[in-house]
Amino acid sequence: MSTRLKAGGRRVDPGKPVTFRFNGRKLKGFAGDTLASALLANDQLLVGRSFKYHRPRGIVASGVEEPNALVNLGEGARLEPNARATTTELFDGLVARSQNHWPSLDFDVGAINARLSRLLPAGFYYKMFMHPRPFWKHVYEPFIRKSAGLGEAPTDADADTYEHYYAHVDVLIVGGGVAGLQAALAAGRAGRSVLLMEQGAHWGGRTPVDGGEIDGGDAAGWIDAAVRELEGLDNVQLRLRCMGAGVYDHGYVTGYERLMDHRPGAPGPRHRLWRVRAERIIVATGALERPLSFAGNDLPGVMLASAVRDYIVEYGVSTGDRTVLVTNNDDGYRTALAVLDAGLDVVAVLDARTSATGALPEQVRGRGVRVLTGKGVAKATGGKRLEAVHVCAQAGEGAVIETIPCECLAMSGGWSPVVHLWSHTGGKLSWDAERAFFRPDPDRAPTGADGEAVVDIAGAANGHLGLAAILEDAHRAGGGEGAPAPGTQPEEAPLHPVWMMPDNARIELREKMWLDFQNDVKVSDVRLAAQEGYESVEHTKRYTTLGMATDQGKLSNINGLAVLAQALDEDIPAVGTTTFRPPYTPISMGAITGDARGELFQPIRRTVLHEWHERRGAYWEPVGHWRRPYCYPEGGESHGEAVAREVKNTRQAVGMLDASTLGKIVVKGPDAGRFLDMLYTNMMSTLPVGRCRYGLMCSENGFLIDDGVVARLDDDTWLCHTTTGGSDRIHAHMEEWLQTEWWDWQVYTANLTEQYAQIAVVGPKARAVLEKLGGMDVSADALKFMDWRDGELGGQPVRVFRISFSGELSYEIATPAGRGRELWDRLFEAGAEFGVMPYGTEALHVMRAEKGFIMIGDETDGTVIPQDLGLGWAISKKKDDFLGKRAQERSHMTDPNRWQLVGLLTEDGSVLPDGAYIVEDGTNANGQRNVQGRVTSTYHSPTLGRGIAMALLHRGPARMGEVVEANKVDGGTVAAKVVSPVFYDPEGEKQNV
Amino acid sequence: MLLLTCPACGVAADETELAPGGEAHLTRVGPDGDDASFEGYLFQRANPRGVHFERWRHVYGCGKWFHAARDTATLEVFGTYSAQTTAPPDDILDKIKARRPGWEGNA
Repeated sequence: MSTRLKAGGRRVDPGKPVTFRFNGRKLKGFAGDTLASALLANDQLLVGRSFKYHRPRGIVASGVEEPNALVNLGEGARLEPNARATTTELFDGLVARSQNHWPSLDFDVGAINARLSRLLPAGFYYKMFMHPRPFWKHVYEPFIRKSAGLGEAPTDADADTYEHYYAHVDVLIVGGGVAGLQAALAAGRAGRSVLLMEQGAHWGGRTPVDGGEIDGGDAAGWIDAAVRELEGLDNVQLRLRCMGAGVYDHGYVTGYERLMDHRPGAPGPRHRLWRVRAERIIVATGALERPLSFAGNDLPGVMLASAVRDYIVEYGVSTGDRTVLVTNNDDGYRTALAVLDAGLDVVAVLDARTSATGALPEQVRGRGVRVLTGKGVAKATGGKRLEAVHVCAQAGEGAVIETIPCECLAMSGGWSPVVHLWSHTGGKLSWDAERAFFRPDPDRAPTGADGEAVVDIAGAANGHLGLAAILEDAHRAGGGEGAPAPGTQPEEAPLHPVWMMPDNARIELREKMWLDFQNDVKVSDVRLAAQEGYESVEHTKRYTTLGMATDQGKLSNINGLAVLAQALDEDIPAVGTTTFRPPYTPISMGAITGDARGELFQPIRRTVLHEWHERRGAYWEPVGHWRRPYCYPEGGESHGEAVAREVKNTRQAVGMLDASTLGKIVVKGPDAGRFLDMLYTNMMSTLPVGRCRYGLMCSENGFLIDDGVVARLDDDTWLCHTTTGGSDRIHAHMEEWLQTEWWDWQVYTANLTEQYAQIAVVGPKARAVLEKLGGMDVSADALKFMDWRDGELGGQPVRVFRISFSGELSYEIATPAGRGRELWDRLFEAGAEFGVMPYGTEALHVMRAEKGFIMIGDETDGTVIPQDLGLGWAISKKKDDFLGKRAQERSHMTDPNRWQLVGLLTEDGSVLPDGAYIVEDGTNANGQRNVQGRVTSTYHSPTLGRGIAMALLHRGPARMGEVVEANKVDGGTVAAKVVSPVFYDPEGEKQNV
Repeated sequence: MLLLTCPACGVAADETELAPGGEAHLTRVGPDGDDASFEGYLFQRANPRGVHFERWRHVYGCGKWFHAARDTATLEVFGTYSAQTTAPPDDILDKIKARRPGWEGNA
């Protein structure tokens, strides 16, 4: 039984009872408890099932390294899966459910996997489920998904808010134990700006539990005084519940602050992501205790020795009346003393060392406890909780000498510095053979932009385990002068590394020795991996899943490496460590997202006519960051019907389109003409003022990247229209060439896209609409096709371009954006008697396809050159050079066997599927049908009353009249005739009126 | 997250403010170039482990392109300088030689 003690518990307040629910059961705890301590106080030893074998699992640790006690915390819009019970502060009304079991925690059918464990060895996914192939999708995967996986993903949108917070400080200290506090004192007293982050809710780390004196008084008193002093310094910021999550290139650090997890629903953001730039980073993250690898070490009731004393001292919780301690070091004896001080029994201490004569073992012996040296655990036995420990000689094979009934087995395999943050950006480690751990190598620290060390590490994280050494090291790291307050603790004798217990354990014992409790990786799995040739620790990690998921090299790391090294007959440093990657423990998606959700996730760009479109009932289409009307359905019209009506009305009467999103870039200067001649494939320098020209832009690789109409505004000024999605990209493209290649050319560019509203008035009655408004001559003689003029319409300043993307008589009218709505309203009013209707992007697309005009992104995909699209006429033969010219001369580009643009008309008049392939006889090496082309644009043409398509076809233009087969979405093919891509008005009579 | 100082506006900018532009100091090969030299210009990059000259743009800042001399392994930045030059300036080269005595330039 685990239970609440009558006395003790520094952190809990028995005067403030708290109720909570675990798996529906109502339980009681105290303010100051963690969920884990409160569960133990209620004898809830069993908290989850293991990942693979569904073994019963209990709480092992008391902090971030806990592998088992991961729960679904909260409900509905506040459900958080995989919440660690050991770091979850208890609050009134907390609701938690255990994970990874079905149908219940106490009875789990998946536990059958444990009986099949010989069938689920290392790499079992790769070995067992390969054949027969269809079984993977229909049998194996659904079963594995059902029985594996930990928490449950929430289905409701997160009810909380999150934020990012930026900080710039001289010194950032991660970890608020005595080392972090001492470093902060040193740096703070020197006047540096300091930010000190502590992941837990308390300062001082584990020193108050482990004991010792600082400055002649007890450590807890020193900690309180240090915090008071730091609070009094204006240059020091202290943050509790704020974890240093990751260290990134050039000393960038993220912190994860949990503001509301202990009081959910309170106003304000739940989590905060700190984004910190510091001149110096001090990592003071302490050390974690290692488990020991013996058979049955995963039974509920087997715990880290440090956790056992934490629960007693911090929370007043007994983990069992009878405790056995198994250790390979002196520090573990502190647990025996804590158990005795609580009035409970330490039945025996099993010390793997051949002698234990340090101050702490002597104290324990002095209190009448049996200390058995040279002994270890052959196996721990029990069902859903520990019942007995079977003692053996550490040097042997596991023959049982004695069986000791007990409720709690406290294990200590020594300590490992928490070097994660040191290692995130490449800080190197060296192996300390005497203490059997990896410690930071001060000569190979992570470096910053200036090439000098930017991260320092102090205290236990730096491999110092005694209080005096910790304080001195932290004082140094904080830049302190002289000596810090002295610390005193009993001297400790060296540990004896134990990677397997007993030394020569047989296979049946190794199969029950867990290295990674969460991922169910055992000593036998790592040895099997080594046997199968996995020599690299990185490969072994992935093959066995050792240290994956939330563990990330905390509990399992060193033990796993050591077992692998032993199996490979190598030294531990030769095997090395896996890569530590941020974050140190999982951080919420909400914190990463911050404010960037909902409408702020990706702000929408709106034209000045947006509101008009909305009132008109536009159905929106996202284009780049813009929203453009796709069509304007009327009455009960479907989108298809609306598009057909808009096309017909534009072709027969007059339509209006909001073309404001088109890119508008002004290029100006004495060398502007020369510059544009390099950018466009055709000649722009010879364009007369007052005229427009359609231009193509290619990358240096020869591929078509954008198109649009260029207008020459005056002698040294051109206005370049780009595609809607291309304006920023093309402006950047221009700037790149101007700044990095032709920087001596006198040219300025400005992206004026949003400065103008642009309205297309299109159709046979377009001129009548403009003339009704009056103010300038828009007659066929005054404003010819491809002319532009400045002037006035209805008293409003306008620039009218006579250009057409539909094949109809068409004017595009630009006016300052602030007056765009006014112009639209006037044009619409004037157009009423001519039957004007707005049309959307889909009608625009249909009309351009009927005319065989290409669309960037439909007919092009980054591998298409203008010559493929029959646009050779727009490529200047006179120019010596332009971007893409050399590339288009490459043999593959001039090869007549390229796929080239054609029109397709299905024999049955149907609409071809978007992106359909044009198939050919035979199959390729992969057994797939050979292809000879693909459909790039396909629509129902209301004008022709049938499906039309544009396609890239092998030697297409030479194959007019041929019938080809295009595949359909649901199998089968459809026959289509190869025709010219210009389906409508090939002579261009409609626009030349 | 890299921190580079834009020589055009003087701002020490986080990587998220910048856009990378690949290797610096390439010589453009135009229509006169043969296949091999054009291929070299378009596709062949040194990609060294160690000292490297790169193009960057302060895209969410002043919008200007600039050059950076950087160690691709340690991420040490030797300096940033104008985009309007065909070779690294002497002060940058001196800095690199001081920090990397064995460095003999990128062949």
